Amino acid sequence: MADKVLMKGNEAIAEAAIIAGCRHYFGYPITPQTEIAAYMAKKMPKIGGAFLQAESEIAAINMVYGVAAAGRRVMTSSSSPGISLKSEGLSYMAGSDLPALVVNVQRGGPGLGGIQPSQSDYFQATRGSGHGDYHMIVLAPASVQEMAELTVKGFELADTYRMTSMILADGTMGQMMEPVSLEFDVKPAPEKPWATVGTKLQRKHNIVNSLSLVPEELEQLNFERYEKYNYIKENEAMYEEYLMDDAEYAIAAFGIASRVAKNAVNEARKQGIKVGMIRPITLWPFPVAPFKKAADKVKAIISVELSMGQMIEDVRLATECKVPVTLCNRVGGMIVSPEQVLEAIKEVAENGGAK
Amino acid sequence: MVVFDKPHSLNEMSMHYCPGCTHGIIHRLVAEVMDELGIEGRTIGVAPVGCSVMAYNYFNCDMIEAAHGRAPAVATGVKRADPENHVVFTYQGDGDLASIGMAETVHAAARNENITVIFVNNAIYGMTGGQMAPTSLPGQVTQTSPYGRDVNHCGYPIKVCEMLSQLDGPEYLERVTVNSVKAVRNAKKAIKKAFQNQLDGKGFSLVEVVSSCPTNWGLTPQQALKWIDEKMIPYYPLGVYKDRSAGEDK
Amino acid sequence: MAKLTFKTDNCKGCGLCVDACPKNILQLSPDKINKKGHHPAELTDEAACIGCASCAIMCPDCVIKVER
Repeated sequence: MADKVLMKGNEAIAEAAIIAGCRHYFGYPITPQTEIAAYMAKKMPKIGGAFLQAESEIAAINMVYGVAAAGRRVMTSSSSPGISLKSEGLSYMAGSDLPALVVNVQRGGPGLGGIQPSQSDYFQATRGSGHGDYHMIVLAPASVQEMAELTVKGFELADTYRMTSMILADGTMGQMMEPVSLEFDVKPAPEKPWATVGTKLQRKHNIVNSLSLVPEELEQLNFERYEKYNYIKENEAMYEEYLMDDAEYAIAAFGIASRVAKNAVNEARKQGIKVGMIRPITLWPFPVAPFKKAADKVKAIISVELSMGQMIEDVRLATECKVPVTLCNRVGGMIVSPEQVLEAIKEVAENGGAK
Repeated sequence: MVVFDKPHSLNEMSMHYCPGCTHGIIHRLVAEVMDELGIEGRTIGVAPVGCSVMAYNYFNCDMIEAAHGRAPAVATGVKRADPENHVVFTYQGDGDLASIGMAETVHAAARNENITVIFVNNAIYGMTGGQMAPTSLPGQVTQTSPYGRDVNHCGYPIKVCEMLSQLDGPEYLERVTVNSVKAVRNAKKAIKKAFQNQLDGKGFSLVEVVSSCPTNWGLTPQQALKWIDEKMIPYYPLGVYKDRSAGEDK
Repeated sequence: MAKLTFKTDNCKGCGLCVDACPKNILQLSPDKINKKGHHPAELTDEAACIGCASCAIMCPDCVIKVER
């Protein structure tokens, strides 16, 4: 194993992005992710890159749009309210099939909300977040190591599929310090013959564009994009199963919630309850397969979330409502405790799965 | 000897603009400048939302369509992706540049972003059918100011060159028009300078072109050009508002 | 001797060239209609053209090529 360094989650994202070949970062200050911008501001000028503090989140995502159109690896980061502002740009990026990495270190909402951790942007991330039919690849790290790994992976997936990858973290993940190994085999960016870098008078002009006024053509573009999405669903879903082999009950949790839930699973096992956990690492594409499998053998699933119940809808869809799915949650910047999750497991186990 | 022909940087497509709309002239001037500076092959243009939304179809250089008002931010990204090689211009109307995209405009100017901005001011939203623009004149009748723009109700027009000239950032700001042969020649000079400044690394150069919208002004193309002289120019005086290298501030 | 060539089908019949001509030898054709459905610009007196290109400079649609 390579040497490890102690880093904050936010810093790990920034350093991993640089390792992945990202030389352009645009952002706007917002808690709790500003360390990413600060790190980039320090590093980029020293490695021939560009850091720019934009006048707004909207400008930042459009600067990202410009660099992505020019075929370079580029990123921005923000937190929940800022992602709402970027959502216009995210829709345009999807419509123009541009690759980039966007980080959302979530905080409680809606509105200005709070500055404490949350997972309540799950819908926003997995269903959009702007207008029109589109998806982003959504990656949910549960450790500082994964913050770094999924950042590299995010750039690679973005380039492979010409779409936005989003790291959906939360305030805890961003601020937490853990040892992290930063040795990666980075897949270099593929050729981008579509990029707007000047024709050199050697080809027809490239146009990066999301406007398509002929309905038949726009429909076809949507169909083609969804063929790509279907391929990604089949091939890129990532998840971790924990003690699921003999599980009678399952937890569904991602990110910080999965770390809390893991403690509760261990404690429940000590008390003789056969419970396991499925941790989606990609939230889109949602890992349907392990839930489908679980639906045929567990008696109930508990979705542990820092939201009013958002991922639970995907769990229900994936299990086709074959088993009851209940919610164990805290919101507004509060975090579920292992005791709360253990109680939820016990309650479900006592009822033998029935609600 | 050919004394006048379509420039190479403009392609053969017939433009979608209304008869007599001066967008076509301004497109051509930008293309002529690209030809003369020999930069078509390394220029990336950024189109706005508005009447010139489909400008990307007409230029032979690489083109990007930006979200409404965001062209200066997109241009910032493209420019910074390869500052040595990319020549970047935005082409924006008054709604795009001075209303929904004002923040992007002001900050690109304040940063002295090394881009060229072609700002077409025709005092109306053309694409959506003639609504009041940030530059519509006091008293001007539009679809959304049917009794004339009442400055007590919805405020005054924004004079972009004057406003930006107060910033330390921008290199070059000039207002021109295209309502006569002489004016078109002047406009071309300004546009050429705005591109040359970028090649020389001087920074943010904006040319405001006072333009016409015969369709939504309810005038013939000829009347519209006269209306520029009679109504637009008195409110939006032509001239150089900033030329830092030349030490000029209006 | 100046020569004007018109891409007649690109003409939108706006007449800006007609007004720009210092010799008053351009008109919108009273009898022709182009593919776009406009009366296109045409020269009334070829011999009188001085090839100043004023018409082409004011044309928003690059209809006119000027040779001298």
